[in-house]
Amino acid sequence: MTLNSIENGKVVVQLKGVRRLDADVSTPLRIVIAKPGLDGHDRGAKVIARALRDAGHEVIYTGLRRTPEQIVRTVMDEDADLLGLSSLSGAHDFLFPRVCNLLVEAELLDVVVFGGGIIPDADRPSLLELGIRAIFGPGTTIEEMLAFVTELGERRAAGEPSGVGEGGDWTWQATGDT
Amino acid sequence: MDAETAHAAAITGDRRSLARLLTLIESGNINGAELGFGSRVEDGRILGVTGSPGVGKSCLVDRLLHEWAAAGERVAVLAIDPSSPVTGGALLGDRMRMQAADDLDEVFVRSVATRNQPGGLPVRLGAMAGALLDCGYDRVVVETVGTGQAEVRIVAVADRVLLVEGPARGDSIQAEKAGLLELADIVAVNKADLDGAARFAEEIRGSLELSGQAPPVMLVSALEGTGISELVSTLEQLGPARAAQRARWRERLLSEWEAALLTRDDVEQLLDRLESGDTSVPEIVDTFYRGDD
Repeated sequence: MTLNSIENGKVVVQLKGVRRLDADVSTPLRIVIAKPGLDGHDRGAKVIARALRDAGHEVIYTGLRRTPEQIVRTVMDEDADLLGLSSLSGAHDFLFPRVCNLLVEAELLDVVVFGGGIIPDADRPSLLELGIRAIFGPGTTIEEMLAFVTELGERRAAGEPSGVGEGGDWTWQATGDT
Repeated sequence: MDAETAHAAAITGDRRSLARLLTLIESGNINGAELGFGSRVEDGRILGVTGSPGVGKSCLVDRLLHEWAAAGERVAVLAIDPSSPVTGGALLGDRMRMQAADDLDEVFVRSVATRNQPGGLPVRLGAMAGALLDCGYDRVVVETVGTGQAEVRIVAVADRVLLVEGPARGDSIQAEKAGLLELADIVAVNKADLDGAARFAEEIRGSLELSGQAPPVMLVSALEGTGISELVSTLEQLGPARAAQRARWRERLLSEWEAALLTRDDVEQLLDRLESGDTSVPEIVDTFYRGDD
């Protein structure tokens, strides 16, 4: 069991104070679901928040129209393990990279970022290159999203890079994405 | 990041370390008492905010945060929401009503799930509040879940209790039977912008006066921002806590007792055995009284 943390700008692996995404630890994951930008549609975000709650996680919903700075602040103060970004307004190509960069600047490298909403296929590769590990579009089943969270748990337990600033080229391979 | 490292950095004002420290305390990975967060002198710096769901606790707290921050105070909030008794998951939504949480550097808000603690207060809440004070926050606000009788437990952690009420919640008998009115150090009737708020405040005043030593009853509107600075200055001038010291010790005792029970290694096995009819509740309690097994 390992916990990655940052010291002097380096990712170090420690064995103390472990609680993160290990499957055998009963402490729930803390997940921030955020709505960046001026997009006013949060039905999808609320469904996701509810599904994650029902799967036993602690979900902090930011509410509508948050700036990237506010979202990163929330992730930091709430000591979140995962961050889900939802956008249906077409501004994802500006907002998602901004959030990722701010997370890295704040040294929140181990936070796992995933996205959802209306994200055209053509826009996805560049977002995934930023360290976003999954993008869920319309038609994604709740089972699939939960499978993503579970696989992350296994990756983290094995010490494999999953956070936004941890590098590696792993991304979630969608099974039922439309 | 281990607890000592996190603590050392959090004291210097590093938010991320503070957040991690709170996680370590909350998850039971470190014992708050070992770092000295377990006990403290009651100095009025921990304010409990309670009241039924929907009366506007979070919005009112947001107003207070702005007021305190403008006066140069650093304030932390522990906002509690319930965990599902079935899945253990929780939807933590108080933060989204607190604009100050994301915008003001003087303010630190942490959402806390009850993790199925009876009494609606997480076991390690006291240690979390203690850690925040230790790390330089001038005061800590604990916003409770807001469901009835169980809320009385707040006096185990908070030095003072602010009860938020709202009009259109039935007559004042509703307020009286909840029991909290007896423990509140100050009552804020929110939604003063609505009809009937002033009359409701009068009714509460009336019923409190019957019992003597009545707490102040203030009329505020979190929506419009009226009555907030008066509330802040009244909070500053509160006398000694109304909850009898004995009642506070009672709640603390119960709180610690439950914490000790629920953090036992065998609690899941006990529940399994109860579920399968292997043992009974009186039998288990009996075992505890006789000393551990």
